[in-house]
Amino acid sequence: MSDKKFLNPTPILDQLEKGPWPSFVKGFKEYAEKSKKPILRGLIDQLEYSYKTKTGYWKGGTVGVVGYGSGVISRFSMVADKIPEAREFHTVRVQPTPGFHYNTKELRKLCDAWEEHGSGIMTMHGQTGNLQFVGITEKEVQPFFDKVNEQGWDLGGAGAATRTGNSCVGPARCEMACYDTLETMFQVMGHYVDQIHRPEYPYKMKFKFSGCPNDCNNSIQRSDIATIGIWKDKIAIDQAEVKNYIQKLSKDYLVNHVAMKCPTKAIEFKGDSMIIDDSNCVRCMHCLNVMTKALSIGKQRGVTLLMGGKGHLKVGNMLGSMVVPFFKMETQEDLDNYIKLLDRIINWWADSALDHERIGETIERVGMQEFLEAAGLQPSLDMVSHPRDNPFFKAEY
Amino acid sequence: MSTTTYERKWKTVESGVRNYKDSLHPVIKKNYGKWKYHERPRPGVLKHVGESGDEIFTVRAGTHRQVTVDTVRFLCDLADKYADGYLRFTVRNNVEFMTPKWANVEPLIKELESNGHPVGGTGNSISAVAHTQGWIHCDIPATDASGVNKSMMDSLFEDFVKEEMPNRVRLSTSCCEINCGGQADLAVIVQHTRPPRINHEILGSICEMPKAVARCPVAAIRPTVVNGKASLMVVEEKCVVCGACFGACPAMEINHPEHSKLAIWVGGKHSNSRTKPTNMKLVAHGLPNNPPHWPEVNKVVKKILMTYKSDAKDWERMGEWIDRIGWKKFFEKTELPFDRWMIDSYRHARVSLNKSAHVRF
Repeated sequence: MSDKKFLNPTPILDQLEKGPWPSFVKGFKEYAEKSKKPILRGLIDQLEYSYKTKTGYWKGGTVGVVGYGSGVISRFSMVADKIPEAREFHTVRVQPTPGFHYNTKELRKLCDAWEEHGSGIMTMHGQTGNLQFVGITEKEVQPFFDKVNEQGWDLGGAGAATRTGNSCVGPARCEMACYDTLETMFQVMGHYVDQIHRPEYPYKMKFKFSGCPNDCNNSIQRSDIATIGIWKDKIAIDQAEVKNYIQKLSKDYLVNHVAMKCPTKAIEFKGDSMIIDDSNCVRCMHCLNVMTKALSIGKQRGVTLLMGGKGHLKVGNMLGSMVVPFFKMETQEDLDNYIKLLDRIINWWADSALDHERIGETIERVGMQEFLEAAGLQPSLDMVSHPRDNPFFKAEY
Repeated sequence: MSTTTYERKWKTVESGVRNYKDSLHPVIKKNYGKWKYHERPRPGVLKHVGESGDEIFTVRAGTHRQVTVDTVRFLCDLADKYADGYLRFTVRNNVEFMTPKWANVEPLIKELESNGHPVGGTGNSISAVAHTQGWIHCDIPATDASGVNKSMMDSLFEDFVKEEMPNRVRLSTSCCEINCGGQADLAVIVQHTRPPRINHEILGSICEMPKAVARCPVAAIRPTVVNGKASLMVVEEKCVVCGACFGACPAMEINHPEHSKLAIWVGGKHSNSRTKPTNMKLVAHGLPNNPPHWPEVNKVVKKILMTYKSDAKDWERMGEWIDRIGWKKFFEKTELPFDRWMIDSYRHARVSLNKSAHVRF
C-alpha cells in the first residue's frame, strides 16, 4: 500500500490529522499526493523529523529579488544530507490588501503562480500581516515575484525596514471605524515603499491601523506606530433603541454591565433613558460594544497616535503610549499632514536610535521631552497617566 | 540567481500595497463608512445594517492558517457560489464570507462545516489562535506552532463554535521568547531553562561577534579565545536564557529538546474597552514540550479557560476577572502552583510589587 504513495510514512504528524479543528497536516498531505511536489514531500519529512527530535532545522541566508534588500526570508535545511528535497525552502512575503479583503479572481491568479513556482503552502496571514508564500527555491524566486508583481502585488518588509502594514476591516464593514483605515494604510505604506524594500533603519518599524479603540489588530501591543480611530464629540444615543435594550436585557443588566463597567462612571440610566457625560468619557468603547443598535460613535472623527509598542527584547514588553491625542483625519490634506508628522518622527528615530533599538526604546532612553521637541509636538496631559512623582529634572532658569 | 535559465521580461513596479478597491463586495462599496449597527444572529455570523437599510451577513470560519493553494481555491469556490466572488481574512486567520442574502448563510455554513471549516469565532467565543511558523519555517523555534494550535483548538473546539464565554478570548502561541504570537488573554510560549551551548569551532566564522554581544539584554556575553580561536562566552549567572543571541549567532544554540520548556501567560488585553490594554503575566512554566499533542500544556490551558468561563462575570476579559478576584484566588481556583520565579526581577520589576497593605485572606 505504502509503495503506491508519493509521501513517506509520517506516523507522528499523522496523529494531527484527527480532531475537529482544520488539520494543516491533512491539507499538506492531500496537496502533496495530488501535486507530487518533491519540495513539499521534503518539508513534510523534515517536519516529521522535527517532531521526532523536538528540534528545528532551518537556517537563514541571503536570497532576494533584483533591486530589493528585503521581502524574501531565506531558509536552508540543516539536515539536507538526510532530507535533500527541502534543501531550500524560502518564504516570499507579499503585502496583502488592507483589511485582508480579496476577490477570488486575483486570489486564484496568485494560487496559480504559486503552484507553478513554489511548494503550494501559503500562510494566511503572518503575524505582522504578510501574505506569505512558504517554500520556494532560489531560482524560482525572481520568476515568481515577476509574475505576482505584474498582477499588482509587491513584496513586504523584513529586517531593519519598515514592515508590512496591517489594517482592521475598517469602514468597509464596521460602524465603529472612525477613519478610513484601508485608504490610510494604502497611502502610508505606499509612502514608505522604499523603506520597506531596502532596510535602512536601526531596527524594524511596524505600522498598524485600527478604526476604533477596540483595536482589533492589536496595534498598541504590536506596532511601533499605532493609528487608532477616535471621535471628539458626543456618543450618539438612540433613546428608542435604549428602551428596546431595557426590554430585551433588563435595566439591571444595563446598570450592572454597562453603567458600572464604564471606567469613568460617565453613564446613568434614568427612567427609560440613558445619559452619558461625554466630557468624562474616555472613548473606551464598552457601552458601544454592548448596545450596538442604540449607541454610535460621534461625528467629529480623527485618529489618536500611540507609539512604542513592541515585544520583550530588550527592555521588556512595551505597550504603545499616546503621542498625539487627536489628529483630524477627514480629507486628503489631513492624511498628507499626518504622513509629514510620521516622517518627522521616523527621521528623528533613524538618526537617534542605537542599533537594534525600537522607537519606544529610544524614547525611553532619551526621555519623552526630547522626543516631543524633535517631533515638534506639544506636551499634553493625555500623554501621561499622571505627572512625574520625582523631582529629578532641571527646568529653565 | 540562475539568470542563464530565466530571462526577465517584466520590469519591477514598486507598487506597494495592492489597490484594494476591486476587492470589496459591491454592497460594501456602496455602504462604505456608512454602516449603522451590527448584530450577531448566531455564533459565527454577523449582520451589519447600513444607514441605507442595506444588510450584509458575514460568515466566519476557522482555517488551518498554513493552507495550500487547494484550500484557498476551495474557499474561493465558496466565495464565488455564496458571496459574489469576495472574501476576507481576519487577523486571527479566520476566513470571512460576506453576502447580502440571508438565504445564502445556512447553505454556506453547511458546506464550510462539512468540509472541516468550523463556523464560529465571533463575540464571546474562543477565537482562533494567533500563532507563528514554528518548525515549518522559523530558524529559531524550540517548538512547533501549527501543531500546538491544532491540538489546542481541538480541545477548545466547542467554545469556538459557541458564544458561551464571559467575553471574547484571544489565544496565542510562540515558539521562542521573542513571542511573535503576541499578547493574548492566554498565551503558550517557549521558556528556555539553561544558557546557550556555544560551538566555539564555528562561532568566529559564522557570527558577527559585536552584534551578538550587543543583542544581550543583560550584557552577559563577552569575547574570549578558545583553542586559539576568537569566540564568545556567556556569564551564566547573568544570563536570563532569553535566546536573543541565538537569533544573531546560530553558534549559540539555546534550543534543546528537553531544556526548552513551555510557559503559560494570562491576562493580556489589546482592547481599550473598560480597562486599559495590559500585558499578560506568567502563571505556569516548566511544562514539557511534548509533540504532537502537548497534553500537559493543554490540560493547564483548559483548566484556566474553564475556570474563567464558570467564574467570570459577563464582559470580563481574563485579566479583568483576575483583577477582581485577585491573583491569589486565581492560583487557588486554577490549582496552579505559584513560585518565586513568577516574581519579576527584570527592569521596572517594582511596578509589579504590592505597594500597599491590601491583602486577601
